[in-house]
Amino acid sequence: MSKKMISFFASHWGIIFAGAAIGIIAPLLQKFGNPPNMGVCVACFERDIAGALGLHRAGVVQYIRPEIIGFVLGSMAAALLFREFRSRAGSAPLVRFVLGIFAMIGALTFLGCPWRALLRLAGGDLNAIIGLIGLGAGIAVGVVFLKSGYNLGRSLKTYTAVGLIMPLFVVGLLLLLIFHPQFSAGGPILFSAKGPGSLHAPLLISLAAGLIIGFLAQRTRFCTMGAARDVILMGDTHLLSGVIALVVIAFIANMVLGQVKFGFEMQPVAHSNYLWNFMGMSLAGMAFTLGGGCPGRQLILSGEGDSDAGIFVLGMIVGAGVSHNFSLAGSPDSLVDGVLKVGGVSQYGMIAVILGIVVCTLIGLTMREKH
Amino acid sequence: MIKTIDARGLSCPQPVILANKAIDEGTFPIEVFVDTVTARENVRRMSSNKGLQVVIEEVNEEFKLTLSK
Repeated sequence: MSKKMISFFASHWGIIFAGAAIGIIAPLLQKFGNPPNMGVCVACFERDIAGALGLHRAGVVQYIRPEIIGFVLGSMAAALLFREFRSRAGSAPLVRFVLGIFAMIGALTFLGCPWRALLRLAGGDLNAIIGLIGLGAGIAVGVVFLKSGYNLGRSLKTYTAVGLIMPLFVVGLLLLLIFHPQFSAGGPILFSAKGPGSLHAPLLISLAAGLIIGFLAQRTRFCTMGAARDVILMGDTHLLSGVIALVVIAFIANMVLGQVKFGFEMQPVAHSNYLWNFMGMSLAGMAFTLGGGCPGRQLILSGEGDSDAGIFVLGMIVGAGVSHNFSLAGSPDSLVDGVLKVGGVSQYGMIAVILGIVVCTLIGLTMREKH
Repeated sequence: MIKTIDARGLSCPQPVILANKAIDEGTFPIEVFVDTVTARENVRRMSSNKGLQVVIEEVNEEFKLTLSK
């Protein structure tokens, strides 16, 4: 690859380009069939995969999302092409698994990962503002831990095969998606017949979109959590410029495609319970910061050989199972006999979010190197 | 004496935090060892933003960044 191309991706314009690309692709995926304001959502799509595998039985959110497969394989392609694929492992994997579980519980309380929060905002869903404020608060708390010496220890270089496990795992998912075997009566592989899980763009379009985003995000290190963290930690707006590009371009694309509806109530696959939108994303923000990246970034790292990020991803998939099996996930606003019923979380969900904040706080406080 | 920081194997944003701390202490040059391109780019960007000169060497898929005023 030419030096010019490498320096473009590392530049300010490179990160803006990546954000803008996601900003165009996500509304288009929605137009092609993905759920509203969910052109791309890492948490929701991993949750759908968990459902398809039978790890939870919420019938409306089960599908093997090709976008997730594409993120990992696109990232691997970029890493191999630019000679950046490095197998590494061994930085507190179990802690990362737990962080992944609570990151998902937090994200599903709000109903979306940071990427979807931005896309919801770009579709006029004003609850996203509250979610993003919560995310920022969680990241700020995480930064306090980082500043006081928190870290999960060093990873070590390891066998190439270790770094290939996550890419091979998603290839396996792709085969399950294509052949759709049924392993038991009424059992997996499960695909939703109604609800958000039943809404999806054609397989090849979704896969191609995932590959493009995975490739670009690997080259530019696009990360929503990192964007806020770098601003809070050192006033660096490099990653933030990509995030802003995503929102602006997605908003314009949504306007052109007629996909904007401003308001708080009855937004698609969302609830207007302000407190728990805030709390859910605060937990997610803490877990992402302590885990070293937003869910999208964890998939990208998994593709370039980082098996610790792979453990975080698997934690998120298991977390989705926990969320739905234990009725922790947020439920969207609905109309009952023409009257608005504000959605939100059950008391179990509230307890889980608070438990998650306590666990993240303990992780942040106890895993510190004294300077 | 050259100040050396070994940030190999540390995940984002530890290398930047460690390098930043060393820069604030004000003794140059500083050598920062990292093993991923992400860490290399983050430390390079942060140091350049602070007006420092950065020289990067690659040895065995690892990187040494030398920061000087």
